[in-house]
Amino acid sequence: MNAVLAVIRRDLLLAMRRKSEVLTALFFFVIVTSLFPLGIGPEPALLKKIAPGVLWVAALLATMLGLQRMFAADHADGTLEQMVLSPTPLGLLVGGKIAAHWMLSGLPLVLLAPVLGLQFDLDVGALGVLMLALLLGTPLLSLIGAIGAALTLGLRGGGVLLSLLVLPLYVPALIFGAGAVEAHIAGLGAGGHLSLLAALLALAAFFAPWATTAALRIALE
Amino acid sequence: MNNKLIHWFKYASPQSFYPLAGKMIPWFWGLAAAFGVVGLWLSFFVAPTDAQQGEGYRIIFVHVPASWMSMFIYLVLAAWAGLGLALNTRLSGMMASALAPTGALMAFLALWTGAFWGKPMWGTWWVWDARITSELILFFLYLGFIALQAAIDDPRRADKAGAILALVGVVNVPIIYFSVKWWNTLHQGSSVSVGKSSMAVTMLWGMLFMALCFWMYSIAVALMRVRAIILEREAHTEWVKELNEVKS
Amino acid sequence: MLSIHGLSCVRGERRLFAGLDFAVGPGEWLHVRGENGAGKTSLLRLLVGLMAPAEGEIRWNGENVRTLGEDYRRHLLFLGHHGAVKEELSALENLQLASQLDGDALADRSALAALHRFGLKGREELPVRFLSAGQKRRVLLARLVTKQAKLWILDEPFTALDVKAVDMLSALIGEHLADGGMAILTSHQAMPIPGGRELQL
Repeated sequence: MNAVLAVIRRDLLLAMRRKSEVLTALFFFVIVTSLFPLGIGPEPALLKKIAPGVLWVAALLATMLGLQRMFAADHADGTLEQMVLSPTPLGLLVGGKIAAHWMLSGLPLVLLAPVLGLQFDLDVGALGVLMLALLLGTPLLSLIGAIGAALTLGLRGGGVLLSLLVLPLYVPALIFGAGAVEAHIAGLGAGGHLSLLAALLALAAFFAPWATTAALRIALE
Repeated sequence: MNNKLIHWFKYASPQSFYPLAGKMIPWFWGLAAAFGVVGLWLSFFVAPTDAQQGEGYRIIFVHVPASWMSMFIYLVLAAWAGLGLALNTRLSGMMASALAPTGALMAFLALWTGAFWGKPMWGTWWVWDARITSELILFFLYLGFIALQAAIDDPRRADKAGAILALVGVVNVPIIYFSVKWWNTLHQGSSVSVGKSSMAVTMLWGMLFMALCFWMYSIAVALMRVRAIILEREAHTEWVKELNEVKS
Repeated sequence: MLSIHGLSCVRGERRLFAGLDFAVGPGEWLHVRGENGAGKTSLLRLLVGLMAPAEGEIRWNGENVRTLGEDYRRHLLFLGHHGAVKEELSALENLQLASQLDGDALADRSALAALHRFGLKGREELPVRFLSAGQKRRVLLARLVTKQAKLWILDEPFTALDVKAVDMLSALIGEHLADGGMAILTSHQAMPIPGGRELQL
């Protein structure tokens, strides 16, 4: 457990020392959501309708940005080898890496989303559901993304390839995440969507570190 | 029982599978042609014209088998991949790589014929229907698999990485399908249903024969491709250098 | 006691070595030599378990390391080509985080003592980015002092070190062997440590 905390602490510390990476992804999130009204037009009813989808797609793309670096630096400087050789099982350490990735790329989005939601005229209830859905959904994105990051580790064209692998797998998260907010706005209640999102999260939390570990071992051989 | 197991493992080595596949390929081509002739005859000349959809419906004789195959091939691909990871047999990975392009082709064919069918039936090339959308995502999954394997130089790593992706994909396919279905019912964008209630028996036979034709074609093509992959990867071995087709 | 039985290594389509047998007991060390590309690094990676052998077995106290898993890794310290040192973190942070990764908490005092021993006094808090190549290497070597491992596997530990540091490291390995430790290392230089055997690949 100590070792897992060390992995998280190190990644957070590193992110503090090079803040630009985290801030770039956040800025990207803001700018992408702000571009949609410019492309579609300022009509409030329409914007309110597309808001959940726009915010979720932007969140998806923003998490993709940092994904490729998830293991790349550790791979290049040999830290990954030391993680494999640690007495702590690699699956747990990978879980730590994923948790750190979420804290740096997912959590800021959760906190920032309501502010952007205001631009789209979402009411307080819808903003709450949006935050909750992102809170459940962004860890899912980090978990699934980790598998892709491990599979494409050290490959040429890794970044583009990574999005080709990972984005189709993000479809359920996108549907249930954006659907929760839409269902709330339509007055249907977001409970069903949110519980499905939570179920997917539980499933991914169980399987993704395992698959990521297997992929990392293959990449290191 | 034990004997049988050893017998099967004998064919798991590329060296002994290569000639076996070579012998099987003409048979599967022959069967594909035979089923295809019967299937096309049934679907174009015997099956009656549909009351609502007219002659245009006949495209489902290609569309439905293609979409069945695209899904089934992904399952087979994942099964080979899982086998390769579990038993570390080289042939499994080669089979998985050999199946992927055919699966992608089937998914593409299903989408394309679906669009051709949709234009006269629904008046539009594309509808965000649950089945079509899932098929599209399946197509993306195939492309991801092929692209990942193409990006890795070391064939053993390519096999293993592809295997993990295929297994992750196969867990996700039902989740994606149900999420898309859920999404579709929530939005009620397109409430179309393919008329399956009033299907004539001859239509079913036609579809069955076409499906068998697609099966045989897929097996034949996959075997041809796996033979090419074996030659490529085993090029440095003695037995490949001794082959007649390599020597000449 | 580490013993190797009929070990083979295949990289791509090339067989680097085959049928390798040797054993390293307490107080012994093995000097792996060979030309560039002979498979020295591959051998070390096989020994620590980063790669799977094509054939053969690696045993620790008579048991296959694959089945031992973390019970083997606990006794192991591997320093590879890459430093596993983060440029943005200070020497002290690097050392402490590396120890925590091994599952032990390292007190400031012992971490500082290890760094001082390697001549990094006054540079403990500096981001490693500002250190020279040799000094970075010393940060890495400080782990030899802080991790209590029986088996050291070191890939080219003397690269980028000055004469003084080479002597220091040799003395450290000597102490380790005298305590009943074991070491396997690759190096192009002749080594001033007694009691070693050579393995030519």
